[in-house]
Amino acid sequence: MNVIYTDNNATTRVADEVIEEMLPFFGGFYGNPSSMHTFGDRVGKKIRQARQKVADLIHADPDEIIFTSCGTESDNSAVFSALNAYPDKKRIITSNVEHPAILNLFKYLRDKKGYDVVLVPVDKKGDLDLDLLYDSLSDDTAIVSLMWANNETGVIFPIPEIAEKVTEKGILFHTDAVQAAGKIPIDVRAAHVDMLSLSGHKIHAPKGIGVLYVKKGMKFFPYLIGGHQEKGRRGGTENTVSIIGLGKACELAAQQLPIMNTQVKELRDYLQSQLLEKIPGVSVNGDLENRLPNTLSIGFDAVEGESILLMLDKEGICASSGSACTSGSLDPSHVLMAMEVPFKSAHGTIRFSLSHYNTKEEMDHIVKTMVSAIETLRAMSPFWKDGKLV
Amino acid sequence: MWEYTDKVKDHFMHPRNVGELKDANAVGETGSLNCGDALKLFLKVDENERIVDASFMTFGCASAVASSSALTEIVKGMTLDEAAKVTNGDIADYLGGLPKEKMHCSVMGKSALQKAIADYRGIQIMEKPGEMVCECFEVTDLEIIDAVKANGLETTEDVTNYLKAGGGCGKCLDRIEEVIASVKAEG
Repeated sequence: MNVIYTDNNATTRVADEVIEEMLPFFGGFYGNPSSMHTFGDRVGKKIRQARQKVADLIHADPDEIIFTSCGTESDNSAVFSALNAYPDKKRIITSNVEHPAILNLFKYLRDKKGYDVVLVPVDKKGDLDLDLLYDSLSDDTAIVSLMWANNETGVIFPIPEIAEKVTEKGILFHTDAVQAAGKIPIDVRAAHVDMLSLSGHKIHAPKGIGVLYVKKGMKFFPYLIGGHQEKGRRGGTENTVSIIGLGKACELAAQQLPIMNTQVKELRDYLQSQLLEKIPGVSVNGDLENRLPNTLSIGFDAVEGESILLMLDKEGICASSGSACTSGSLDPSHVLMAMEVPFKSAHGTIRFSLSHYNTKEEMDHIVKTMVSAIETLRAMSPFWKDGKLV
Repeated sequence: MWEYTDKVKDHFMHPRNVGELKDANAVGETGSLNCGDALKLFLKVDENERIVDASFMTFGCASAVASSSALTEIVKGMTLDEAAKVTNGDIADYLGGLPKEKMHCSVMGKSALQKAIADYRGIQIMEKPGEMVCECFEVTDLEIIDAVKANGLETTEDVTNYLKAGGGCGKCLDRIEEVIASVKAEG
């Protein structure tokens, strides 16, 4: 059975070109990039090239790129660095729809370290309450950290506008751009951000490699203290093969950005319109305009997400759910709850996240499978009768 | 992905006894749309109080559907007295086990069965006897005590897995711990 993969906000297929770039460095070229010999420097040179390609994707300088192990490490490093830079400032600000890499870190800092945490809410479309955010800024604020785009709904926060206002007040600004990278243009200079996180496996590079951009001239306190690697900003021998793969992935992502915003977006819109047309009791979550081109978060009344996912899985279709039952928690996703998505559709929300590998034929198969799955589940649901919610 | 037994998968993909039983004379409902799980159990009981047919309608995950399907298979042919003794453990065992985080699905089955039996016998079940402990999922201390005793639950996490209590805002976790301690103190 062919797999139809529409879970690209969870992880992506490693691009063939990326694998090809990496392969020699698994085998013959195993030198340590820090070594004082040509054999090692062959790897070092590839890492320098990769650093340049990563920098190019976000319009940064290569010196501003720190390789990490993942997006979570990048997020944690950024926040801890800011707290070390301003030990007397006790307020930290984020939103209530962040990825757990930030949200749980902030909760830890509140509960265990006594920080005054402000969780800025979103409205029903998933857009940030900017007035509340700006009102929360104070002299006591060490850092504002906001995601550029939401992983569940794809809703994009106006990061350049926010970052400018925050940094004007002398407050550090970090953005988790893990979902935005490769899907919308990113220019760290124009966006006024101090720090920015990326993750390789969301842009067709392998898992286990991340990036933290740190603006030149900014005080940085390393999270991982060790050797001189990454100019002393992140100790530990480099994950050389993955860094080389990430460089290639960034080069490809830059080339494919227009495709993401035309072909992939059209496919997503086609899937959305077909599901809305062919299935009653359906609603799309999030700001329809201000949204990543590849993401569709869509709720089906009176059915439960895990059940839908298992029926999709039987047909080889990979997607995600905002349902509690897939996560081991009991409430639907914190993002959907923050947006006050009604329970009737929150429990039955499915996230389809596309890539340039998807086709129209795949979308047609998804629609056909979804029509059948929703009909089957609603036939046994006590909350669905005669074509409507009861 | 959850590790479901083949029997859970089978009962989810091919649920037995689905739909409204038109000539049911006992109905038990539990759960809600907000909770994410709900079960409506239909029983047809003959004059000797024997369950001659059973069906269900369920909103929920694979475990909820499979538990409901299993419940209907278990109780068919039983007398109401026999059915009254069916526990959530019996439902889980019938399916070859459930992930611990999904045990509340089997508890939902037991609850719907008790309500259906009470419905047939015309017994008014007081909706929520006892003191409300978990406001999010409307679980009382008596329900927690019953679950702790019946299933040998040890921790607040166990209680959440079985009853959902404490799985929302978490404000009641201390109280749940007190209830568990009180059961342990009783021996």
